[in-house]
Amino acid sequence: MTTVQVPPARLRSGARVAWLVVALVALLAVAVVSLGIGAHPIAPEDVLRALFAPSDTANDSVVRHIRAPRALLAIGVGAALGVAGVLVQVISRNPLAEPGVLGVTTGAGFAITVGSAMGAAASAVGELALAVVGGVLATVVVFAVGWGSPLRLVLTGVALSSVLSGLSLGLRLLLPDVFDAYRFWAVGSLAGREQAPMLVPLLAIAAALVGSALLSRQLNALALGETVARSLGANVSRVRAGALVLITVLAGAATAVAGPILFVGLIVPHLARRAAGGSVPWLVAYAAVIGPVLLLVSDVGSRVLLPTGEVPVAFVTAFLGGPVLIWAVRRYGAAPL
Amino acid sequence: MTAVVLRRGRFSIRVERRTLVVSVVALVVIAGLALLGLCHGAVWASPAKVFAALTGAGGDSGVVIRQWRLPRVLAAVVFGAALGVAGAIFQGVTRNPLGSPEVIGLDAGAYTGALVVLTVLSGSSAQLITGSVLGGLVAATLVYLLSRSGGLSGLRLVVIGIAVNAMLTAVNSWIVLRAELEVAIAAVGWSAGSLNGLGWDDVGVPFVVLGVLLVFLAARSRDAQQAGLGREVAVATGVGLERLRLELVLIGVGCTATVTAVAGPIAFIALAAPQIGRRVAAAPGVPMLPAALTGAVLLLGTDLLAQVLLAPVPLPAGVVSTAVGGSYLIWLLARKVGRA
Repeated sequence: MTTVQVPPARLRSGARVAWLVVALVALLAVAVVSLGIGAHPIAPEDVLRALFAPSDTANDSVVRHIRAPRALLAIGVGAALGVAGVLVQVISRNPLAEPGVLGVTTGAGFAITVGSAMGAAASAVGELALAVVGGVLATVVVFAVGWGSPLRLVLTGVALSSVLSGLSLGLRLLLPDVFDAYRFWAVGSLAGREQAPMLVPLLAIAAALVGSALLSRQLNALALGETVARSLGANVSRVRAGALVLITVLAGAATAVAGPILFVGLIVPHLARRAAGGSVPWLVAYAAVIGPVLLLVSDVGSRVLLPTGEVPVAFVTAFLGGPVLIWAVRRYGAAPL
Repeated sequence: MTAVVLRRGRFSIRVERRTLVVSVVALVVIAGLALLGLCHGAVWASPAKVFAALTGAGGDSGVVIRQWRLPRVLAAVVFGAALGVAGAIFQGVTRNPLGSPEVIGLDAGAYTGALVVLTVLSGSSAQLITGSVLGGLVAATLVYLLSRSGGLSGLRLVVIGIAVNAMLTAVNSWIVLRAELEVAIAAVGWSAGSLNGLGWDDVGVPFVVLGVLLVFLAARSRDAQQAGLGREVAVATGVGLERLRLELVLIGVGCTATVTAVAGPIAFIALAAPQIGRRVAAAPGVPMLPAALTGAVLLLGTDLLAQVLLAPVPLPAGVVSTAVGGSYLIWLLARKVGRA
């Protein structure tokens, strides 16, 4: 035998690296395109010039002050939701779980409803602060009650979410003004959100993404089940606690800046799972790239679909991600965790 | 845990003692709440008056009780039971505690249908019923057809359902966003689910439909129990799994669509009732009977609360059901009942 036998594992990892590179290139391309497209189209070479050799032209200012922050926001939110989705699905061992399952989204929505009923959600800063406070409080309650097993955690999250959404729905039905404010937040959009102070949320997302990368190896063991993880030497409760904190930060920051676009968090892990082949670190890596691609493409779509005004990005995400998810499930079957 | 076997001729039913006790307690609670529901209203009627009214006497207050309060109370019991059963079916078929009729797009589709009716057409109640039933059934059929090829796998059904749901929800919030504020509020009010203003004319047909569906279900409940124990066990004990699943899903869809058409999508009862029932009855799998009884108790109780809380402003029952059902589930989880 003279042929060289490549170990399957290495081959596998080569293919994974190739796919990751492909995804990264796609992300870069979509980002440049998204800077050029909008009410005022700008050619790609002008976009690059605006980024690397800025002058004082109107084009440069549009790219640098409006579109670049928005693209950055889309990348941050997309990565946060994608990775949070992976973490929550691995932790709860439930492929239906989305980052909002722990109560972050409805907590934020409830806080915004109550806040606008009391007149505190008038400004972008106020809305952001309310969303953060509500999301964190809701998650703390869910953790306190549901601590112990993933199923309890998920059920508690669902239960608390429904309590809060029932209460805020009642409030909104009684107060039309609050309802009017809420329906614009609830649709989930990036439009105009780039003008809000987004440095802190983006920094939080970046830190949590690094944390997720560090934690992902331990999660690999946890994905095999608690017993196996213990016998492999993983500190199950510490790993789980870490992952839950990360999910809260990621989903909370994303919801605070962009409203509920959580479908990204649900679908991205399903799209990434096939390529990752059961490895949580790779799953996290893919999700961190595919999430931004999905959100950027949706954001471009939300700007060009209607001749007047914008379609909310969550709308485009659903109609982009939904069919892809259906196709993937029908073609490859639903990959179990 | 001991079991009680009831025999009568060729038929025998084996019931866990705890399930039996819990069921009797639940029935008593339902009867009590129903009596309370008949007594409560703009004018309080004493239980004696209620009994008199039920036998046909009682003058004006008798008419109020028979024509206004009785259909609403019965609707709460029957609809609650139907939603509980539908939830148990979907949680059994998908083998997932997050499973509910919402998963296959029924609620979101019904809401889309209702929204279209409210914004495009004039929005009469007959149109609302037709629109919501059509919307829900189209969505459910779409999900079913998409997930059908190669067997009705639970997980695949659920994932495709989520995708379709997300698209419908996006359409819904888009319509709500673009609609006039008054229309949007009316639509959201409908989507909360409410039993306000139901009379005999509204509930007659739904009762018959639900009755037929529940009889079908009772005929298949043994097989469903087997299927709940796992694929291998079910096949080994002679259950045609694919067909059973299809029949069960159809029954669940029928129950939910019927209730939604009349009362709007009353959220959370289908999700919470099976889990609460399972924990209270300490039964394996996702049993139907406790789910049905829990659903009836939940909807009856929440409808009463919805009438009392902000009286005289009537709240939609759906608003209260999500809040109360959720709180109870949290409390149950916090007490560490069962093996969650």
